[in-house]
Amino acid sequence: MTARYFARKFLALTATLYATVTFNFLLFHVLPGSPVELLARSGHYDAAARAQLVKLFGLNHSLIVQYVIYFNDLLHGNFGFSYVYRESVTTVLGSAIGNTVLLLGAATFVTVVVGVVLGVYAASKVRTATDTAITVLSLGAWSMPDFFTGMLVIFAFGVWVHWLPISGIVTPGLVTGFWGHLWDVSRHLVLPTLTLALVNIAQFSLITRNSLVEAMVEDYMLTARAKGLSRWVMLVRHALRNALLPVVTATALYVGMILGGAIQVETVFSWPGMGLLIYNSVEQRDYPVLEACFLLFAVAVILTNFLSDLLYHSLDPRVRRT
Amino acid sequence: MTIDDTSGELAPEALAPVGRRRTPLWLAVWRDRMGRGGVVTLAGVLALVLVGPVVFPFNAQSFGSSSASILQGPTGAHWLGTTELGQDVFRQFLVGGRISLYVGVSATVIAIVLGAGLGLVSGYYAGWRDSILMRITDFFLVLPTLPLIIVLAALFGQSILITSLVIGLTSWPQTARIIRSQVLSLRERPLVLRVRSLGARDGRIMRVHILPNVAPLIFANLALVLSGSILAQAALAFLGLGDPVQVSWGTMLHNAFNSGAMSEGAWWYIIPPGAGIVAMVLGFSLIGNCMDRVLNPLGQDAR
Repeated sequence: MTARYFARKFLALTATLYATVTFNFLLFHVLPGSPVELLARSGHYDAAARAQLVKLFGLNHSLIVQYVIYFNDLLHGNFGFSYVYRESVTTVLGSAIGNTVLLLGAATFVTVVVGVVLGVYAASKVRTATDTAITVLSLGAWSMPDFFTGMLVIFAFGVWVHWLPISGIVTPGLVTGFWGHLWDVSRHLVLPTLTLALVNIAQFSLITRNSLVEAMVEDYMLTARAKGLSRWVMLVRHALRNALLPVVTATALYVGMILGGAIQVETVFSWPGMGLLIYNSVEQRDYPVLEACFLLFAVAVILTNFLSDLLYHSLDPRVRRT
Repeated sequence: MTIDDTSGELAPEALAPVGRRRTPLWLAVWRDRMGRGGVVTLAGVLALVLVGPVVFPFNAQSFGSSSASILQGPTGAHWLGTTELGQDVFRQFLVGGRISLYVGVSATVIAIVLGAGLGLVSGYYAGWRDSILMRITDFFLVLPTLPLIIVLAALFGQSILITSLVIGLTSWPQTARIIRSQVLSLRERPLVLRVRSLGARDGRIMRVHILPNVAPLIFANLALVLSGSILAQAALAFLGLGDPVQVSWGTMLHNAFNSGAMSEGAWWYIIPPGAGIVAMVLGFSLIGNCMDRVLNPLGQDAR
């Protein structure tokens, strides 16, 4: 049963990935103007140079052939050639991927832990002023644009107090050993992480609270109460385990959101990751880099969804039986 | 369908319009503390943005006469100081809100019409049409929305019309999903079955018997899509993909950030547009969240 479920999910995953790659191809290769025009914007290219560029980008082939070449290149990890950096996109992406993974990993950890704890706390005080305050504050933070939250944080730490660095990933010119470097990067990591977490906590605190409150009317909670268990034990031991299921689903949704947040927060804090790369590529119309970043983001979300489905499946016996 | 559904005896709920609630949705929102907070917040922002430019009709483009009035703090002449070009921040704030609101609303209209329409058709017909439509919906649901919006805006342009289109055409899948699942259950109700057996056409059943019953759900979703659209527009504008002529709140923050207003400590340039976005989004979120709770009270009646 489980094998069949897994096979079906895997097939769907493959289909979605394929559709995403095709969508990406259509978006960038069919709709807008040709890359040659973009490269030749400055007007320094004569007809011969243009012809050479057309050949370099394979635009002399039919769309179908271009699609096959594009697909083949992707499979070999070749994302094309950046207009701006005049290097392969893979080289440009280089360390940016790692930097983004570091930032998003830290932010996700903080967001989920703080969000779930706040949600449990709100549920334990359900329909009191504390509960309302947590809900309103969560919604308030959620209503802040990520970049604006970042600007406020920079304002606080750049203008008022100078406790932490507000830009970049390392202090320029600082030469230290491994531990010194690690300390430096960690210090730079704090504010962007804080910003991303602040904006996204609501997604976890509200869902945890609501699903806990829903779980509390279940029969097994009545049993637990009849056994004379304390409210806290009832909440954490009995309700939370069931209430965490929607949180797993929320994580998949959250990944789509936080990637949008990463673009804004990395831009504000000059964090040299894929978000900042997207910002720069948009500004300079460096489409191959933009295309690669978008494709990687989409694939990341699809894979997370896939994993959260599998996790849900293994956590919830009710899904498994049907 | 069970035998019950076709028996001559009508259950009382089969005669009443499906899912009609006793108190109207807007009244329920007003009675809720958070809902009322949302309405009041929103009313305040809307009054400022829609009436403000009429009450304070001075020239938004008025440049300062000397460099002394560049990035100047609040004064009697400029209540919220001046921009890096010496323009009046207060005036730009009042006018900019209209642009943010305009894009948010038009994007939402597109998204809701598309999402609700697809959800209605998909849920009503079910079967293979539903399968195809939901496959497409799921595909767009899984794509990261803001990065997609950014890519589309970079490719197609940044006028407010294109921005509205781009946000609207990427924000419908959630709505489609929600409406579809509600319609799926509505179509099995005895009322729909009876009307159909009386010979009503599909179009009429959808319009007269199903649409009114999902309307509250559409409204709740509308508020949430609105706040999402306003946030998306703000992010686009901040990243330099806003309309350069029609200055929105996001564009103001883009200009402020890129003109060194941060290091100058020019809080008067940064706080107003940011606070405007937050108030508008929070207003819609509180209302949408409240409608959600009213329509789906399961989590609320708990002890």
